[in-house]
Amino acid sequence: MSTLAHVFEAAGIATVVLAATQSVVERMHPPRALFCDFPLGRPLGKPSDSDFQHGVLSRAFALLAAETGPVLASHPEIIEADETPLSCSLPPRFDPSLPAAVDEANGIRKAYDRARERTGVTSVGRVVDADGVPGALQVLVDIANGTHWKEANIPGGTTIGVCHDIRTYYEEAALELVDGPVPDGRAAEAWYFESTEAGRAVLAARAAIKEQDAPFPVWFYMVPGHR
Amino acid sequence: MAGDVMMRGVGDGLPVPEFETTAWVTPKPLSECTVAIVTSAALHRSSDDGFAPGDTGYRLLPSDARDLVLGHWSPNFDRSGIAIDLNVVYPIDRLDELAADGTIGAVAPRHASFAGNQPDDVATIRLDSGPQAAAELKADGVDVVLLTPV
Repeated sequence: MSTLAHVFEAAGIATVVLAATQSVVERMHPPRALFCDFPLGRPLGKPSDSDFQHGVLSRAFALLAAETGPVLASHPEIIEADETPLSCSLPPRFDPSLPAAVDEANGIRKAYDRARERTGVTSVGRVVDADGVPGALQVLVDIANGTHWKEANIPGGTTIGVCHDIRTYYEEAALELVDGPVPDGRAAEAWYFESTEAGRAVLAARAAIKEQDAPFPVWFYMVPGHR
Repeated sequence: MAGDVMMRGVGDGLPVPEFETTAWVTPKPLSECTVAIVTSAALHRSSDDGFAPGDTGYRLLPSDARDLVLGHWSPNFDRSGIAIDLNVVYPIDRLDELAADGTIGAVAPRHASFAGNQPDDVATIRLDSGPQAAAELKADGVDVVLLTPV
């Protein structure tokens, strides 16, 4: 972002960065930056809180009044990502002939469909759509059970893409299944990796692919780095 | 270790592109400025081409588009926020409100989206796609850009 701030300012457009990492923005000295110590992925801080978002924008745009720069300010509020798993119930086992993750993915399909109907958009579909998620999970289960990753017919040929689609399918469904306040940053991620069969299947497949001496990017970016 | 702490720690150790000087534009009063968003979330319309891994290009997003999907390839940030409310990454409705109350002059007709997961030297966005996107927004009359990362 700071690189693009330099580029756009040089082109004659005044810029303000909502900076996510203080040590990076301090070293890159873009013209104007507001460091926001918010969960990564939430640069405006709080979803569905227009007052808070307007507060962030007000502080950012206030930097445009500075006569000289670079200018670096910090938002006074810190929001930490709470990695306590979302409290979201999962469907009971339905078809014992299927791997648990595949059965589970079938079971949350209605919630996913409701979410898509309500929002009109989905970020599932990079390599598989919702219809392809159970099959993609079957592939990962096969890898965890010993199939070599090169022979597993990974959808789209990309472990990262298929893991993105499965996780997004689950997270979009989960948000449809929970009531109450907006979940904290990474709560849905924690739920997916710690509470679901799909998350366990992805982690097991990743471990197997690593053991099969796959190149680092093939397995590492299947899940967040701290997992 | 918590995910955000780990990722910000990674950022602490990363080499960054060097800029010997910082360009500086003194804008008009904000109430007269046309404002655009530039995001690194790799947002794109569902009908447009997605972002490939290491994609150094950009997509232009019409101001009235809300059918935006996340094209970023990193697994290392929260995605639930944007699934709940697009504005937490791309505050387009907030800009509409600021234009309606006169705080800003106007919302730009188009906005720009890049993928934050760039090759380390960021040479293409620095020398090619970045200036190209800036020229397109400049041609639209944009005075101010808000940059939002994920």
